[in-house]
Amino acid sequence: MAQSRLQKVALALILPLAVVSLWQYAGSQPNMAGIVPTPLAVLLGWQSWIWGHAGLGLNPYLGTWVANVSYSSSRVIEGFICATLIGVPLGLMLGWSRLAAQLVDPMIQGLRPIPITAWLPFSIALFGIRDVGSIFLIFLGGFYAIVVNTTQGARDVEKNLVRAALMMGVNSRQLLWRVVLPSAMPNIFTGLRVGLGISWTAVIVSEMVAVKSGLGYVLWDAYYVGRMDIVLADMVSIGLMGFISDSLIVFLEARVLRWRLLQNH
Amino acid sequence: MSNIDITGLDKTYATQPPVVALKGVDLQVRSGEFVALLGPSGCGKSTLLNMIAGFEQPSLGKLTVNGAPVLQPGPERGVVFQEAALFPWLTVWDNVIFGPKVQGVSQSVYEPRAKEMLKIMGLSAFESSLPVQLSGGMRQRVGIARVLTMGSQILLMDEPFGALDAQTRLSMQELLLSVWQQLKPTVVFVTHDIDEALFLADTVYVMSSRPGRIQARLEVPFERPRNLELTTSSEFNQMKLEILKQMRH
Repeated sequence: MAQSRLQKVALALILPLAVVSLWQYAGSQPNMAGIVPTPLAVLLGWQSWIWGHAGLGLNPYLGTWVANVSYSSSRVIEGFICATLIGVPLGLMLGWSRLAAQLVDPMIQGLRPIPITAWLPFSIALFGIRDVGSIFLIFLGGFYAIVVNTTQGARDVEKNLVRAALMMGVNSRQLLWRVVLPSAMPNIFTGLRVGLGISWTAVIVSEMVAVKSGLGYVLWDAYYVGRMDIVLADMVSIGLMGFISDSLIVFLEARVLRWRLLQNH
Repeated sequence: MSNIDITGLDKTYATQPPVVALKGVDLQVRSGEFVALLGPSGCGKSTLLNMIAGFEQPSLGKLTVNGAPVLQPGPERGVVFQEAALFPWLTVWDNVIFGPKVQGVSQSVYEPRAKEMLKIMGLSAFESSLPVQLSGGMRQRVGIARVLTMGSQILLMDEPFGALDAQTRLSMQELLLSVWQQLKPTVVFVTHDIDEALFLADTVYVMSSRPGRIQARLEVPFERPRNLELTTSSEFNQMKLEILKQMRH
């Protein structure tokens, strides 16, 4: 049975509306005051966080939303681009050259189980309370996912495609960039999506501890001063940014992997 | 002068226990000859083709092409794979010009040639299609157009029509013969289909397995150009019977 778009939207909205109603009800109970703000309070807090005028009061939750979103985003972008620029070529090499794999893979596999959160103190010691420390963690979080998936993709290149390319006279550099890279592309995109998700986790965690700006910093700071409305608005903002950046990758993927999408239909 | 010269060739895989894939193979192919390697699966016919292509190395014996030993794959020996092995991310056009492009051939040289070969293979209307949008038979035509565009003097074809339906296979065979008639490349064609071997080839080598070796060499006397009616003639069936006897041995 074909469902209309309206039906789908309606079905998808039932649960969130129920949760929000329950939340509104629970938040209005007197004994919950100060712990769980109502959805309405969150919206109002969020509104002034975005559009409010700080004036002379130096209230950090008036009109600072855009600035904090852009701090966090630019850190994610920088760290994630570094992770991609290093992770993809390295992954190709690891998947393609046995020597490179034997040399580098054990090190990567050995370090990977250390959660990025465990790197925090070391990163602060190394870089201080500065942007670099945060970007380093974001890089690390994205890097593992990208390198591991790219390696897998490069390893799984179809043998006959390599043979066909060799038969047509490619040199090893052309083989890597014109055959191994495009055929690893589906795995690379998987790595990029997973890596970007981890990068957002990394930016929030690192901003809570290692820098004094961004959505992660505000999240923790607002909690300390009891502004739970800002905490919740911040959480939703993080989710929103994660969703938007993931959509960008999916959009890119749909263009780059048109051949792949056609194959699956 | 023979184009491909194979003498006393063995191929053994150093597994435990070792597998003898080919034993004492002798094969001489003249320039412009159409040779079919016919045999059941596991007789090493694809292995033999892979060695001529340079994908694998013989364990023992001599394998030369135009007098030089085969050390690696190269554009002078164009391979047509069973599943076409086109780059799925490239359009038909980009697949066909891939070879000359990576070899650094100038565009003014390869472009008209690629156009011509696509036209011969009936693909002119599909230049901007992706392989996934084509039927199996058309993909295989792209595979042939791509080696023809490179100007390969030798075509190595590994059961190229094996995965196609019967009707498409027949029309591909006719198409291949007409292309061969025009360009006269040397062809080594691997197949397990007796009709296909007899219809296409000048010489059929019947192979048998365990270990893979050449059991018989048959010259196919039918006049060219051939058409599909040939496959219903009594001479054709006579030869088919002869080959069947060889294969039962």
